[in-house]
Amino acid sequence: MNSVFVYCEIEDGQVAEVSMELLTKGRSLATELKCQLEAVAIGYKLDGIEKEIFPYGVDVLHIADDKRLAPYTTLPHNSIVVKLFQEEKPQIALMGASSVGRDLGPRVSSALHSGLTADCTSLVIGDHEDKKLDKVYTDLLYQIRPAFGGNIIATIINPDCRPQMATVREGVMKKEILDAKYKGTINKLDVSKYTSDTDFVIELIERHMEKSKVNIKGAGIIVAGGYGVGSKENFNLLFELAEVLGGEVGASRAAVDSGYIEHGRQIGQTGTTVRPKLYIACGISGQIQHRAGMEESAQIIAINTDPEAPINSIADYVITGDVSVILPKMIKYYKANTK
Amino acid sequence: MKGYKIIVLAKQVPDTRNVGKDAMKADGTVNRAALPAIFNPEDLNALEQALRIKDKFPGTTITVLTMGPGRAAEIIREGLFRGADDGILLTDRAFAGSDTLATSYALAQTLKKHNAYDIIIAGRQAIDGDTAQVGPQVAEKLGLPQVTYVEEIQEISKGMVTMKRRLERGVEVVKCPIPLVITVNSSAPDCRARNAKLIMKYKHAKTISEMQEANEDYLHLYNDRPYLNIREWTVQDIEVDHNELGLTGSPTKVKKVENVVLQSKGAKVITSSDEDMDQLMRELIENHTIG
Repeated sequence: MNSVFVYCEIEDGQVAEVSMELLTKGRSLATELKCQLEAVAIGYKLDGIEKEIFPYGVDVLHIADDKRLAPYTTLPHNSIVVKLFQEEKPQIALMGASSVGRDLGPRVSSALHSGLTADCTSLVIGDHEDKKLDKVYTDLLYQIRPAFGGNIIATIINPDCRPQMATVREGVMKKEILDAKYKGTINKLDVSKYTSDTDFVIELIERHMEKSKVNIKGAGIIVAGGYGVGSKENFNLLFELAEVLGGEVGASRAAVDSGYIEHGRQIGQTGTTVRPKLYIACGISGQIQHRAGMEESAQIIAINTDPEAPINSIADYVITGDVSVILPKMIKYYKANTK
Repeated sequence: MKGYKIIVLAKQVPDTRNVGKDAMKADGTVNRAALPAIFNPEDLNALEQALRIKDKFPGTTITVLTMGPGRAAEIIREGLFRGADDGILLTDRAFAGSDTLATSYALAQTLKKHNAYDIIIAGRQAIDGDTAQVGPQVAEKLGLPQVTYVEEIQEISKGMVTMKRRLERGVEVVKCPIPLVITVNSSAPDCRARNAKLIMKYKHAKTISEMQEANEDYLHLYNDRPYLNIREWTVQDIEVDHNELGLTGSPTKVKKVENVVLQSKGAKVITSSDEDMDQLMRELIENHTIG
């Protein structure tokens, strides 16, 4: 049985969070399919990287280690992954829906003529019957994602082409070590056989990477604002409440697109996925893409002028009213009750 | 005058903010005819980057290439009104149901046929799918390097393009030789407005199909002013393997589409009165959610 592959993104010599989440998902898919889980790590000075990767239940780790492979550039990583996939013929290949995975994934799928589904929110194994062809496909990867502005949830399959490729955003899947002592084997790739000089035409002149400054992912309480907050100034109220409660401020895509707040705080399918113990949604209508990023919050308070806002359907508390009236009261009565 | 041959890949997209009940067909594909159609926002950011190159290098020509139904010619005109030089509408029933891979194949075959480009530039992604796949897939099929997530084209000299990329967690400046494929983020500057003179010049620009429906009085225009002819290409005009087109050429299939139906989990509805707010905060403190 062909393997499940995960492309491991390496940043500063460490495996990216999203890749570890995908290794966890990849392990459970491989177990269900009774096949091996394999990982690909491409970068420089990767000695010991296997210690980070094997515990997720990785059976084979393919390593391409070369000075020219870090930081990431498209062409050499593409050449290595394409050639490796041609040799190993994975049935499933997963990548992070990050700036790396979304740059690399489509390129690989184009070279291999395989189907790729971006930004999946769920991956499950299932069968498919094609009535026209009178053919039954077993054990396909169902790639599930909101589409079309969040108005539909689509289940995508790749019946005939391999690998079945999918990208998933950070935070969507849970990260879990399978066995700290799990033993896999290492396959070191001869980089010169997998790349050519023309893969190195892009010159990196400058690079400033920041650890994401805003830690909304780790916050226990999130006060998030949407388009309904109305202005950049009104967001200050959210910051005040977040500070009082010891939380962070998040936002919907509509608020980010309107310039009310920086992109790093965006929550949802195209932003960060969060699971705080309390999520206070202020002026957020609650489109599916946004909900995909926060619906697992333990408690949700929805504040909206529209009593029919979709967010209300997943809320524990619905407050119909104006954010600028309600937030100051929340601050006031929080302070009053904690004295 | 020195300049570059630029292709802007653009897509007319349904405005996903206005989706009605008839938006989906029974087979799970989008019923585009039922929705308002707009110029994909990030493709406008891409067009602006192309126009800025033309500002610096006036010998530059900008061709807007789009694949879609007949009415997608609207965005080519939109491009002409803002400073593009010409356009190609790739339209054929054979393309119906294309996923990103089949789309990139059709676009790549068109570009091979057109065979005049230094820089191919597109929006990072379209709002109807948000996949960000077609740009890199076209690049692969043409064997070109790609630079995605571009926010600014800083310099072009000696056959090299220097660009700033805006990534999730930072910024990169890279230099890439021509020819190349660039995809542009929404963080790049907005596209300039339509130019009144260009609107006058191009308002009658039409594809052959549109001309056939046009008022006869105007027909002489298209002979006198060749720039009013928007090229309309079908599969006949490019070399294709029909197995690579449309639904047949799409490895991904839509198995199932569910409309989003929300089920209420029985929320407590409270008012913004002082009593209710006081009670809410007490409750949250008592059950250790906050505090």
